[in-house]
Amino acid sequence: MSNIKKAFENGKAFIPFITCGDPDLETTGEAIREMVKNGADLIELGIPFSDPTAEGPVIQGANLRALQGGINTDMIFEFVKDLRKDISVPMVFMTYANVVYSYGAEKFISTCAEIGIDGLILPDLPFEEKGEFIDICHKYDVDLISFIAPTSEDRISMIAKEAEGFLYIVSSLGVTGVRSEITTDLPSIIKVVRENTDIPCAIGFGISTPEQAKKMADISDGAIVGSMIIKMLEKLGKEAPPVIGEYVKEVKEALRR
Amino acid sequence: MSNGRFGEHGGQYIPETLMNAVIELEEAYEKFKNDPEFNRELETLFNEYANRPSRLYYAEKMTKDLGGAKIYLKREDLNHTGAHKINNVLGQALLAKKMGKTRLIAETGAGQHGVATATAAALMNMECVVYMGEEDTKRQALNVYRMRLLGAEVIPVTTGTATLKDAVSEAMREWTSRIADTHYCLGSVMGPHPFPTIVRDFQAVISKEIKEQILEKEGRLPDAVLACVGGGSNAIGTFYHFIDDKDVRLIGCEAAGRGVDTFETAATIATGRLGIFHGMKSYFCQDEFGQIAPVYSISAGLDYPGIGPEHAYLHDTGRAEYVPVTDEEAVQAFEYLAKTEGIIPAIESAHAISYAMKLAPKMDKDKIIVITVSGRGDKDCAAIARYRGEDLHE
Repeated sequence: MSNIKKAFENGKAFIPFITCGDPDLETTGEAIREMVKNGADLIELGIPFSDPTAEGPVIQGANLRALQGGINTDMIFEFVKDLRKDISVPMVFMTYANVVYSYGAEKFISTCAEIGIDGLILPDLPFEEKGEFIDICHKYDVDLISFIAPTSEDRISMIAKEAEGFLYIVSSLGVTGVRSEITTDLPSIIKVVRENTDIPCAIGFGISTPEQAKKMADISDGAIVGSMIIKMLEKLGKEAPPVIGEYVKEVKEALRR
Repeated sequence: MSNGRFGEHGGQYIPETLMNAVIELEEAYEKFKNDPEFNRELETLFNEYANRPSRLYYAEKMTKDLGGAKIYLKREDLNHTGAHKINNVLGQALLAKKMGKTRLIAETGAGQHGVATATAAALMNMECVVYMGEEDTKRQALNVYRMRLLGAEVIPVTTGTATLKDAVSEAMREWTSRIADTHYCLGSVMGPHPFPTIVRDFQAVISKEIKEQILEKEGRLPDAVLACVGGGSNAIGTFYHFIDDKDVRLIGCEAAGRGVDTFETAATIATGRLGIFHGMKSYFCQDEFGQIAPVYSISAGLDYPGIGPEHAYLHDTGRAEYVPVTDEEAVQAFEYLAKTEGIIPAIESAHAISYAMKLAPKMDKDKIIVITVSGRGDKDCAAIARYRGEDLHE
């Protein structure tokens, strides 16, 4: 059983996302400690990619800033290793297939296991292509997280049946980014998921306010927030961590209500 | 292993949001590709609208000047809209229409694919949005105007290197946000399955015609066929019906930019390695951590860090050869063909002309080579003039 399960043991889970190295790893580290201190249940750590095709402008910007700062995969591995000395909440990497493939899938995934990364989220690796990494993930006990999208329809049961760790439910069409309204019929999607698996499911894409997070978590097992946090980093840079901590606290309080 | 593989290359590395869209596309294509009605309509569009079959022209002066193999030019530059891109676009637009889509989106590099898509959209009464790198909107300002004139909306893409790869990324992002009424009219033999196969099949008309025409003119197959390669659509179209004819050399000419030993290159086979990007596994220019390289070529249409998966496979098996051609060599060939044959080729196509200029003299006079002139060069005149130091603006 993977560590990810623990994230869903304290009521509804809050899963914040952060891009490693935006603007630098020191700030990323401080922000993560603030997140954990204020109740984050699982941390989604982005490894930047030059061409993040599933991201909206906000997270694209974070990827660019991090890469311009000279970050690379090896530095992020070292950073996580160091972080693991005092951070015990589950952590997963979110990146693109080429970052894993190009590093050498076995080398990448075995290193994940070694440094305490519990799962991998790869938005450009759909069900049909998970064979690329799944055996190696199993070998090293790293969960390969699957997505379900508003367009998944007849694919939901197939994906849910083989899901590991947690299911990432994409709230809306399009790329990541803050949205004022989410109109997808998520309860129907989650109903099909529940009929096919006991794996927890968390909703992401477009969630920004504590109220939205609460609404999403009410119909699932948790909420994922990315762009809202990245906006704080974009605006405040090194000064962002305490503000992020405050925000995580507000969201977590909303989820507890 | 999943669908749409060429050896280990290809596949469908795309967000879950798009999976049902590509499955729907594949099903529609399977249904229509052998449908007599669909093929009749497409053939009528090819012949009556796009001016097919394109000529296979014996370049006598060039042949004599180079003093070796007999050179034929496959004149895709004479197609309506001035390039081979229209072949694929008419096929995809017709397919999209049959699928009930009312809106086409496309990426474009040099603007030729964007112009072709805008043209088909105008013809078929569809809405059209074209994503084009901001850098390319400057290099190819005339094509931006042509697209707008045809009723398309052109959206300059400012992310990344603001060139073709970023236009592809942005078109993909747009497609994930609007699928129901929108078809992504991909312009090359790249991206997720079924695009590399669909685009190849619509471009295969090039080699089908070359084969018929050369048999009629020469009574035998050529010894080599040449085409330029970015994503590789005119090249695969030129190669396809010769793949099983093992005596025909298939030669793809990549854009080496300022040279394959510099960072300013777009020669994927020469400098790239295996990776996963834009929906496919293939060769890509990338750094040691898998970050896609900011490639460069004077040619906006070849300025792409990857190559279509079928080309990657033809390279692996040794069936096709891929050679790098620099900016300077391409510009010289651009000028050479204009002066020698009175034909101004697209700077993309000039890469293939350039390699032929090296190859032909080394071959016997009884040998035959065919070069696909994928497009016309009017769009490039201002940029080449600037490359030569003339202060010419459109």
